[in-house]
Amino acid sequence: MTEPLSLHVPEPEVRPGGEPDFSGVKIAPAGEVDRPPVDVDPAEIRDKAFSIIRVLNRGGEAVGPWAGLLSDEDLVEGLRHMMLLRALDARMVIAQRQGKTSFYIQHLGEEAVSTAFRKVLRQGDMNFATYRQAGLLIADDYPLEVMINQIYANSEDPLKGRQLPTLYSVREKGFFTLSGNLATQFPQAVGWAMASAIKGETNIAAGWIGDGSTAESDFHAGLVFASTFKAPVILNVVNNQWAISTFQGIARGGVGTFAARGLGYGIPSLRVDGNDYLAVYAVGQWAAERARRNLGPTLIEYVTYRAGAHSTSDDPSAYRPKEESAAWPLGDPVIRLKAHLIVRGVWSEDRHAQLEAEMRDTVIAAQKAAEANGTMHSDNRPSARDMFEGVYAEMPPHLRRQRQESGV
Amino acid sequence: MIQAVRDAMDVAMGRDERVVVYGEDVGYFGGVFRATQGLQEKYGRHRCFDAPISESGIVGTAIGMAANGMRPCVEIQFADYMYPAYDQITQEAARIRYRSNADFTCPMVIRMPTGGGIFGGQTHSQSPEALFTHVAGQKVVVPCTPYDAKGLLIAAIEDPDPVIFLEPKRLYNGPFDGHYERPVTGWGKHPDGEVPEGYYTVPLGQAAVRREGREVTILAYGTMVHVALAAAEDTGIDAEVIDLRTLLPYDLEAITASVRKTGRCVILHEATLTSGFGAELAALVAEHCFYHLEAPIRRVAGWDTPYPHAQEWDYFPGPVRVGEALKQTMEA
Repeated sequence: MTEPLSLHVPEPEVRPGGEPDFSGVKIAPAGEVDRPPVDVDPAEIRDKAFSIIRVLNRGGEAVGPWAGLLSDEDLVEGLRHMMLLRALDARMVIAQRQGKTSFYIQHLGEEAVSTAFRKVLRQGDMNFATYRQAGLLIADDYPLEVMINQIYANSEDPLKGRQLPTLYSVREKGFFTLSGNLATQFPQAVGWAMASAIKGETNIAAGWIGDGSTAESDFHAGLVFASTFKAPVILNVVNNQWAISTFQGIARGGVGTFAARGLGYGIPSLRVDGNDYLAVYAVGQWAAERARRNLGPTLIEYVTYRAGAHSTSDDPSAYRPKEESAAWPLGDPVIRLKAHLIVRGVWSEDRHAQLEAEMRDTVIAAQKAAEANGTMHSDNRPSARDMFEGVYAEMPPHLRRQRQESGV
Repeated sequence: MIQAVRDAMDVAMGRDERVVVYGEDVGYFGGVFRATQGLQEKYGRHRCFDAPISESGIVGTAIGMAANGMRPCVEIQFADYMYPAYDQITQEAARIRYRSNADFTCPMVIRMPTGGGIFGGQTHSQSPEALFTHVAGQKVVVPCTPYDAKGLLIAAIEDPDPVIFLEPKRLYNGPFDGHYERPVTGWGKHPDGEVPEGYYTVPLGQAAVRREGREVTILAYGTMVHVALAAAEDTGIDAEVIDLRTLLPYDLEAITASVRKTGRCVILHEATLTSGFGAELAALVAEHCFYHLEAPIRRVAGWDTPYPHAQEWDYFPGPVRVGEALKQTMEA
């Protein structure tokens, strides 16, 4: 007798209307995971792909072997970056509702990942990011006004209105042109890093991808090239639990974690608390040192939670409980760093409230300056002539004819 | 022609250390068609190497290298294998310049052996050029002589934008004119088999007149240029044979000058007929030469089937089919 087969389709623990339940998320206490030397044999640290490196404990203290790398000034600056990003997001979501732009992607709950990581890179390194790492620009002092010009596609948009809002390109800040297609940037980051090694330079690259798009073949193409050629690259997987409406179990499959994907390629793979600014920095720095010492790639999984909607076109209440983000066991990155700074004795509720107001005012001032250059639907947007420029270095005859035909 | 392709990469690598060459079997072995033979030995493993069998990885890494100041010239072993890389080619490489407003650019060449005639069956015979000419931001080149293959490939490597370089594999070892029943001839005695040493380029975007004629224009590229010449010879029809050489951007002036002169036009390609590049050419001729035409435009192409194995010569648009089309066009 053989039973008929049945298909297994994973489901998240809870759907709208249910009680949020993260009891299945195993979280090691802060400070528990050791910090191996950067030239460790990857085979010896396979456990790092299943545990979770954390520095900040529930009392707001920095503990364990990954602590102690950042000064008070660094940490206050980090808090500032996260809060500036959060303030920008809040204003831009409203601006989208007001019709000033067509679309926006926010970072709520994930601010620590990109802002802390930026601090491990140097001038000349290159990020191949996704649309949810604008913190790389914020933490590198890229002007807010220019970001908003791009979001508004106004007359000063550096990308001439050709790209969807938030898909920035900033070579001078080590930020490769963003794609709306997922995972393509992963092998590109590896290739950029390979070129650095071929040329005998010292710059490194960082590739970024979300939990959902690790299912793309380009993720694996990136891993195999990075592994084979020992490329000086950091391969970042941001596991924010949700790929639009699809829970991470669909992309993850039977393996325990996304970090574990790297093990089959012999790549050191670490899992880190993505809502812990200090842990993100510490692990990123470990990986960057490996890359700079020509020891090859590192895969990092940042465990975080997308507290907001996927984009302004998404409504998460349709597929997950509204209270789920409040129940997320790794908390909020801003609140956690704030608590730590208070424990360190360099911060207070008052100063925090002041900074919050200052960040809001900073964004409003940049927004006003950008609005003087127009918004999505005002008249001074990039011209139709701009549409025809830059397809090639030199405009070919057929495109020239089409531009003439269009009358611009 | 394979030596000409190799020579082009050799010259380019020798002149510019930013040029790197890689792909499947490309390193130590020198490629399944031997296009990269000796390059690893001459320039070192870091400039010519084997890649994992991952076309999207090959093209994806090449995009990253190009963004970091290199000039990658990568090989897709057969054009039929490019589909896993189609996303990287058409959505990434072709758009990097445009979407970043030239903050980043993508100077790279993707070489692919293309076309049939070697009994390669469905997966070693395809001509996917129309899948590339339909995409803005890249250039598409198809040489048909060793001289052009070298000059065009060097020009492609030097080009500031991504170039799809389709090498008709049946021409690698000789000028195949579709008369499969005749003995194979090499490039040795062919006038365009002569390839100068050292550096020269053939500019992209310019067609060549392979045979001057008064009665009918044949628009062709790759292997079909040689088929066109054979058909003119076989039928005695005084056809003018235009070798497009670059499909994107195409040389409209050369096309219209010839068709306006002859008043007749036959378009050839090995790829399947429907929505093939011939449809674009027919539309261009109709748009720009309608009042000069004395006969309907005619296309001769591969049938709309997958490329068959045993029926290769039933599928291949050889000189007999082309000759028939020429006669019908002259009688119209």
